[in-house]
Parts: sequence; C-alpha cells; structure tokens
Amino acid sequence: MSGGVDSSVAAALLKQQGYEVIGLMLRLWSETGREDSNRCCTPDSQSQARRVAAMLDIPFYVVDARGFFYSTVVQSFLDGYTRGVTPNPCLVCNRLIKWDFLYKHALALGADYLATGHYAIKQKTETGTWQLRRSVDRSKDQSYVLHVLTQEKLARALFPVGEHPKPEVRDLARSFGLSTAARADSQDLCFLAGEDYREFLRRNAPGIGRSGPILNRSGQALGDHQGLAYYTIGQRKGLGVASTVPLYVLEKDVVRNTLIVGTEDELGSTTLLANGINWIAGEPPTGRFHAEVKTRYTAKDAPAKVTPIADRKASVLFDLPQRDITPGQAAVFYMDNVVLGGGIIE
Amino acid sequence: MVDPVYLDYAATTPVDPRVLERMLPYFIKTFGNPSSIHHYGQQAEHAIETARETVAATLNCRPDEIVFTSCGSESDNLALRGAALGMREKIGTNQIITSRAEHHAISKTAEQLARHYGFRVSWLEVDKYGMVQPESVEKMISKDTALVSVMYSNNEIGTVNPISEISSICRAHGVPFHTDAVQAAAYLAVGAPSLGVDILSLGAHKFYGPKGVGALYIRKGTPMLPAQTGGGQEAGMRAGTQNVPYIVGFAEALRLTRGECEQRTAHVHPLRDRIIGTVLEEIPDACLTGHPARRMPNHASFAFKDVDGNLLLTLLDAAGFACSSGSACKTGNPEPSEVMTAIGLSRDWGLGSLRVTLGVGTTPAEIDLFLQTLPGLVEKARSLK
Repeated sequence: MSGGVDSSVAAALLKQQGYEVIGLMLRLWSETGREDSNRCCTPDSQSQARRVAAMLDIPFYVVDARGFFYSTVVQSFLDGYTRGVTPNPCLVCNRLIKWDFLYKHALALGADYLATGHYAIKQKTETGTWQLRRSVDRSKDQSYVLHVLTQEKLARALFPVGEHPKPEVRDLARSFGLSTAARADSQDLCFLAGEDYREFLRRNAPGIGRSGPILNRSGQALGDHQGLAYYTIGQRKGLGVASTVPLYVLEKDVVRNTLIVGTEDELGSTTLLANGINWIAGEPPTGRFHAEVKTRYTAKDAPAKVTPIADRKASVLFDLPQRDITPGQAAVFYMDNVVLGGGIIE
Repeated sequence: MVDPVYLDYAATTPVDPRVLERMLPYFIKTFGNPSSIHHYGQQAEHAIETARETVAATLNCRPDEIVFTSCGSESDNLALRGAALGMREKIGTNQIITSRAEHHAISKTAEQLARHYGFRVSWLEVDKYGMVQPESVEKMISKDTALVSVMYSNNEIGTVNPISEISSICRAHGVPFHTDAVQAAAYLAVGAPSLGVDILSLGAHKFYGPKGVGALYIRKGTPMLPAQTGGGQEAGMRAGTQNVPYIVGFAEALRLTRGECEQRTAHVHPLRDRIIGTVLEEIPDACLTGHPARRMPNHASFAFKDVDGNLLLTLLDAAGFACSSGSACKTGNPEPSEVMTAIGLSRDWGLGSLRVTLGVGTTPAEIDLFLQTLPGLVEKARSLK
C-alpha cells in the first residue's frame, strides 16, 4: 500500500471479496534530507495508507527495504548510467523489491497471495498455467513492468484494479469512502523526489559527468557533451549544437566517451537484441513468432518478428524502424494483449 | 480474527472496570468545574481533593504534595523544568544530572533545558544492565547541581535502579532528586518518604487507570516553578481546569494497585521467569537485556542477533501476539534505541530487541502458545534479513 488510490482500492476490493487482508507498505530509500519528497513513502503517504487500513479494519505494517533498495535499485541505476545505458529502475524494483523482498515478507506473514495496485490482469490458461494480460485501461496498463513475473510469483499475485478503468477506480475509492480517492497519480521515479535525474546523478555519481566530443556519423566534431549519462537516445533538445537541421542523439559510445548525433532520417533501427529474458510461460514460444513489442513504458507497441535464442536472449526485427530503442530499457513482447515475456535491450 | 494476545502491558493497560465505574458519575452528573464557587463546583472539588487524599495515603505523603497532570510525560516535564528553574531562582545552580537510559520525556526535556535555557546537563553512564551506580552520582554531583533525575525502573529493559541509595546521596548534598516512577508504580513500592525522593512522576494508564492523567509528588519545600501557567489550579503548579473523572480514576487505580500489588506480582512473576528461561534456552544468539534479578516482575526483554526487531514485531502481530521493542517504530525506520546503545549493545544486536510485558490478564496458556511460536518467528526474521 502506497497511500495512493490504486493500492487503497485494491485492498478495499479484496476485503469486499472476503479475503483476509494485511496491508504492507515498503519503506524505500531516500537521499538524506529528502525523505519528505520520496513519492511513495513520505510520512504523508504513510499516514494516508495507515488511515485507509484502519478504515478497512485490516492490519498495516511498514517493511523497511531501504538498505536493500539502495543496494539493488539505486545502485543499478547509477551503474547503468555509468555504463552508458538508460536504466529502468522500476523493473529492478518490481523484480527484486516488490516481487521478491516484499513477496517473501508477505509469505512469512502467512499470506497466500501478494496483491498490488498494478493495472494488469492475470488469467489461468486451459493448461493450468498463468497468463499476464494488459489491464482493461490501456492508458494505465502496467503489464510492461510486470513482465518480470515468473509462474511461481504470478500464481500468488493478485491485481484487483486491473479489471477496472482508472476513472472507475476513483469512483470505487469514493464509494468505499476512502480518503485517498482524490490523490494525484504518482509520476517519475520515487527516489528522485520530483527532481530531474541529472541532478540526482550529479550528487550521487559525481564521476559520471565527464565531458567529451559530439560527433556526427561521418566523424565530424560538432561540439562537446556534458557527460553521456545526461543524454538519451532520440533526444533532440539541449544538445547545445548549432545546426541548420534538427539533430538527435543516435548513439552513446561509452568506450570513446563520444555522443553520436544525426538527423531525423538517421534515427531509428529495425533490430534489437534483448537479454536476460523472462518468459512468463517458463519457456519461449518455439521458433520465430510475430508479436507486438513495447520498447519503453510509454512507447507504442510495434509489430515485429521475435526469434528466441539461447541463454535467455531474443533478437527482434521490427516491421518498421523504431526511433527510440534505448539500451537499458526493456523490450516486452505481447500477443493478443498477453505478455509473453521481456528482457533488457542490449 | 481473534484478538491478538496482549503482551505489552508496559506500553499501556486496559482500564480496570472498577476504576471506570468510579469515573462515570463525573462526566454527566457531577460535571462541575472544581474552581467554581457554586454547588456543582464544590462537588467536583470534593471529588479531586478526595482523590488527592487517596493518592497521598498510598504514597505516604501529604495531600498538598500531590499535583495532578495530564500524563507521565507531563509530570516528567514539570519535574525537570519546574525544579531546574526553581533551583536556579532560589540557589542559582545550573547543572542537571540524569542518566543515559531515561525515557524521552526526561532526556528530551533535559536537552531543551540545555539548549534553550542555559542549563548544563551531565549524563550518568549506566552499566551493562542499564543500572545507574550510586557512586557515579556521588562523583558527578557538585555545588552547581540543581537537580538529579534517575528513573525508578526502565521502560525498555525493566531494570530497577537503586533509588534509595541515590536519594541519600542527593540529600547529603542538599540537591533535589526526581525519579520517573511511571513504569515502577504498577508493581513496586512508591512510598515517597521511604524512597527518600523529592519529586516522583506517575501516569495512571500503566496501572489499569485511564490514559490522559498523571500525577507528580513534590516534597514540601522543594523549589519549583510551574511549567504550565494560568489560573493557578493545583496550588499554582499546573494551570488548567482539572480533569475530574480522570483524576478520580487515577486515585482509584493507584489504590487498587497498592492493595493488589502482591497478588499481581505473584501472578506475573513466574510467567515472566518461564519466558526468560525458555527464550534463552531455545533461541540461539539471544540475550536478556536489563538486570536478571533487579527487574520489574512483569518484564522480559531480549536482544536477538541479526534480527530486524520491527519485522519480528510484525511477524508476531500477524501470528497473534502484541509485543513491543526498544526500537519500536511504526514507520519502518528502525534505529537502535539510546538504551540499547547505553548498555553497550552493538548494532547487530541492538536492532533486534523484543519486550514482552505481562499483566493481570495474561494466562499461562497464552505464554505457552507464545513460547511455542516465538523461536520459529525469530528464525523466520533472520532468514528474511
């Protein structure tokens, strides 16, 4: 429970359905002095969650995950930028914090299921395995970050709000009399405390801002960058390069600390390689298959042919070039709204 | 869901139905303001003065040496602030001596007196049981000492301090001595003259009285300024209309506690010893915190190595047992408490504290169940670390 409307309604729905519900809140890491702005575990959100739990007459506990969160989520965020990729800490958080650390705590408390306020649907197939599907509200769908779930975890997962569109969830909150009904949707990374990630990197990974050359594809020097971590593939604004045509970030060459830029028609690629794939069914589909592939949480699906290869990898060939394939983000494969799996873009 | 087994009587106790019975007439029927001239006022005044006499009889002191407050913490605040300022006004002394294992009501007040009022606070070290050695008071006390404050028994680890010895040292130096007896009053003798203390704090809800009422014994002649000023109630020591029903409840709870102290002790003491024995025998890397013998008869407290004490409390609650810990913190921000640090526990032990405190409602069957459950939960908490 985060104190927000989704997890509050999730708890209320389960209680209404007759489950014995225990409220758990994760205490996550914040930079010293910024604890009040961490979006998911401020003292305010905690007292909100506590109020909701009390109204629902369920026990409520806060689980301290600060140390583990730092050593996994934050550290891999910093490492990712140091390596020159654009990491997605929410994926690490879902895999290691929510669906491992918290999951184990829930089971230790005697729980049969771990329920969250994620917008996603789980469904049993005819063969008795579990499927993860997109939520009915496509605009709120969070199945992208849940592609990390295994059969074991999915069997014990519940997503009570996944069957409802967001406006309906707010209505439910009101009808349950929950004080969180009107709370704003959370945005951005919790530990950035509403700040630009570049500021966070400047403070927490000072070595990262090593400037270097900006080149185009033909090797022509166009200026200097402030540190590769501060740029994202496809980025146009803030390059500080004078040019008659708009320039975009094409590539980050970490070895040579060089930022490669180019024009819009140079942008985009039809292929990617995904690593460390989790196939939700446990096994990849046999052979090459057609799928809708999502390369960022906010990206549109793109049709592609996916070829699973050994060592939990897959190569993806898009029907059309994709503009912002970004190493460090996940490529998630969908077929008829079912999440087949996903992995990190190399 | 069945109510969890309550093993947190040091945090608070349920109100004794006999106490509640005594309080009820003073909400609607005898509701007057004790300061009013009329009949209603006189009735209310009669109620609180009778309560004061009852308390005085229990403490073996004069009624005009009792000041009613809103809680134990307020009593501690009045004691420290009032005596420090009173002594400064009368004698000009500026040193406050207190221990490293006090309740925050004392330590935070002392810190404020130092930071904003120019007093000098000297902190008495405690031994590994959390006990203050009288010799250390003797060593620290000086011509400039305004007040010594040492708790009677420790809320976290149950250790009982040698109050009489410390009070004779203070008396010999002519320095007022305060003791926080909020925890102790539930089981120990709180006769003020026999303890030799000058100021003593009490709170009703630790001995089956209601929350929201406390008292302070102030030996006649002790220099004191009020901490809360206003209408001059409570002999000018504590302004504000008295909380008549709660004061009546306080007196009745204290009276019953004195009368039933022996039988309550006989009930909890063997159960507590069973808890201590079994835990130390059956759980690896566990130690008793606080003194093995000189401790509250209802109080068992432990430290478990490499256990998140908060998580252990969560697991216990989910398993149906309500306990507490030295670093109890609902917000998931555990730090070893000052007491754990003061008795010399390292962080890997200090974070894993557990306090189990018993009361009149505790049954042997509950303790059996608790002792069957705890070892597995400690193991579980360790495995999640």
